[in-house]
Amino acid sequence: MSAAIRADFETIAGWVKPGARVLDLGCGDGALLAFLRERRGVTGYGVEIDDERVIASVRNGVSVLQMDLEAGLSGFASDTFDHVILSQTLQAVRHTERLLAEMLRVGREGIVSFPNFGHWRVRLAIALGRMPVSRELPYQWYDTPNIHLFTLHDFEDFCASHGMRILERRVLSGGVPVARLPNLFAATAAYRFERAG
Amino acid sequence: MNARVAAPSTGGRSVGVVTPADLAFDTPLALKGGAVMPAYALRYETYGTLNAARSNAVLVCHALNASHHVAGVYADDPKNVGWWDNLIGPGRAVDTDRFFVIGVNNLGSCFGSTGPASIDPATGRPWGAAFPFVTVEDWVDTQARLATALGIERFAAVIGGSLGGMQALQWTLSYPDRVGHALIAAATPKLSAQNIAFNEVARRAITTDPDFHGGNYYEHGVVPGRGLRIARMLGHITYLSDDAMAEKFGRDLRADTFGRGLDVEFEIESYLRYQADKFAAYFDANTYLRITRALDWFDPAHAFDGDLSAALARARARFLVVSFTSDWRFSPARSREIVKALLDNRRDVSYAEVDAPHGHDAFLMDDARYHGVVRAWMDNIRP
Repeated sequence: MSAAIRADFETIAGWVKPGARVLDLGCGDGALLAFLRERRGVTGYGVEIDDERVIASVRNGVSVLQMDLEAGLSGFASDTFDHVILSQTLQAVRHTERLLAEMLRVGREGIVSFPNFGHWRVRLAIALGRMPVSRELPYQWYDTPNIHLFTLHDFEDFCASHGMRILERRVLSGGVPVARLPNLFAATAAYRFERAG
Repeated sequence: MNARVAAPSTGGRSVGVVTPADLAFDTPLALKGGAVMPAYALRYETYGTLNAARSNAVLVCHALNASHHVAGVYADDPKNVGWWDNLIGPGRAVDTDRFFVIGVNNLGSCFGSTGPASIDPATGRPWGAAFPFVTVEDWVDTQARLATALGIERFAAVIGGSLGGMQALQWTLSYPDRVGHALIAAATPKLSAQNIAFNEVARRAITTDPDFHGGNYYEHGVVPGRGLRIARMLGHITYLSDDAMAEKFGRDLRADTFGRGLDVEFEIESYLRYQADKFAAYFDANTYLRITRALDWFDPAHAFDGDLSAALARARARFLVVSFTSDWRFSPARSREIVKALLDNRRDVSYAEVDAPHGHDAFLMDDARYHGVVRAWMDNIRP
C-alpha cells in the first residue's frame, strides 16, 4: 500500500465511528473496507463494477455488490448507512451531481477523497503546455479514467450550491497534512459532509 | 467481443468414479400441499470426507431436469459426467479436499428418489397421477431429514443454480440455523407470469398427449413422449440466449438447399429435436409436471403480502448471489430483487453479475469470472 493510499485510509478511518454501517462506492479490491473492519469494526458493503475487483473483494472477505454507480443507488433504501464513502473515484464519475445526491440519500454522512487539480504541479504542467502526470494523476491524457477533474475550491463551491454542508476537511501532500494555501499545496483532499438543513 | 468469451477456470480435477446411495425414510412427511408421504426414499451422492466436527458439509440442490449426480462419473458409465463437475472436485471452486459435498435427487423426480414412476406400496402400482404435487419447501424438508440422518446438523453451505438456487434460498428461510452460507445462482424470488406461461405450454403439451392417460400411462405401457419432447424443446429455448443460439446455429442449414417443407432444414431444429429425443428417453412426464408446478408456486414473499424483505428477515446465512447478463429466463433484475431484500435486512451478501453470453444455462458453464467469484467465496468459508 502506498503512503498516499495509507494516508487516505487513515483519514477515513479517523472519521468513521466504531461499529458504523458503511457503503464504499468503487471499492476496488475491498482493501479500505477490510481496513475499516479491522480498525473500526464497521459492517457494510462495497460497490464495484469490475469483474476482477469483485473477485478480489470477495477474496478479501468483503461483501461486494457488482453494480454500476452511474445507474444510481436504487438498490439501497434511504438512510441505511452511517457513512457512504467515495475514495479517489469522484473524478472518474460521469453523473456527479446525481451520485453525490444519492450518497446523502442512502447515508447520513458522505466521505469523498480526490486528487486536487489545483495543486501547483498540475498548474505548472498546464502552464508549460502539457496535461499533468503525477503520483495522484498517473495517467496520460488518452488513457485516463478521470473525466471530471476539479480543485478544492470547485468541490467546496459545489457543496455550497448543492445543499451539502462540509463537516471536516483534510488536505495532504505526500501523506503529510498541508497547513497553508491548500488549494495550491494539497495533492489530495478528503471531505466529510452531510445534507444541509 | 473478446471480453465476453468465457475463459475456462483453472485448476482442479474431477472427483472421478462415484457411487450413488439410497436412504429410506418411514416417518410420514406432511407436504405443503396437504398430502402426506407415508414413506419415501432419496438417492444421493457424496464427494470428499465429512470432518470430525461434521461442519464441512455442502449441499448441492438441483434444477429442473438434473439429479443427485452432481460430479464425477460412474464406473459402468464413464460418459455420464455429473452436471456440475466443472465446479466441484479436488482443487476446484467447490473443493472436495476441504468440503464434504452432497447431491440429492429431489422427491418426485425420476432418478432414483421416490417419484410418480415409483410403486405406491398402498396399491402395488406406480403412483402416477396420485403422486402428490411437491414444493420447494417440501424438498428442503426432505433434504434436512437426509442431513440429519447423515449426522449433519448444519451445512457449511447450500448451493444451487436456477431452481436449485431457489432451494438454497428456501433453506435459509426454513432452517436459518442449519445453513452457514448460501450460493444462489441464476435464480428468482418468484416466477413471472411469462415464466409460468412457458411452463403451462409445456404442461399442456404433455397432458394433451394421447399417451398421457391422465398421468397413469405406466399401466398402459406407453409414455407421453410427444408432449415431453415439445415441453423440452420449449424449455430449451428459454435456457439459451438469442445470441448464444445465433452463435451456435445461426440460420445454418442441414443441407445445401431449402426443401421448403416440414423436414428438419435448419440446424437449430435438428438440435432441438435431438435434445428432445434424448430427454424423452430418460425423463418422466409426471415429474416434469410436478417440478414445473413447484417452480410456479415458489414465492417466499407470498405469506408476507408480497414483501420479500419481510420474508427474508428470517435468513441468517452469508449469501453469494450470481446472475448472468444474457439470462432472460431469470434475468439479473430478478437476482437484484433477492439482493435488495437481503440488503434491507442488513444481511451479509455479495452479488456478482457475470457478463456471460450463454443465457440461463450460464450457471452450468465453466467461466473464469463466475467460477472465480464462487471459488473466492468458498475459500473464505471456514468449516
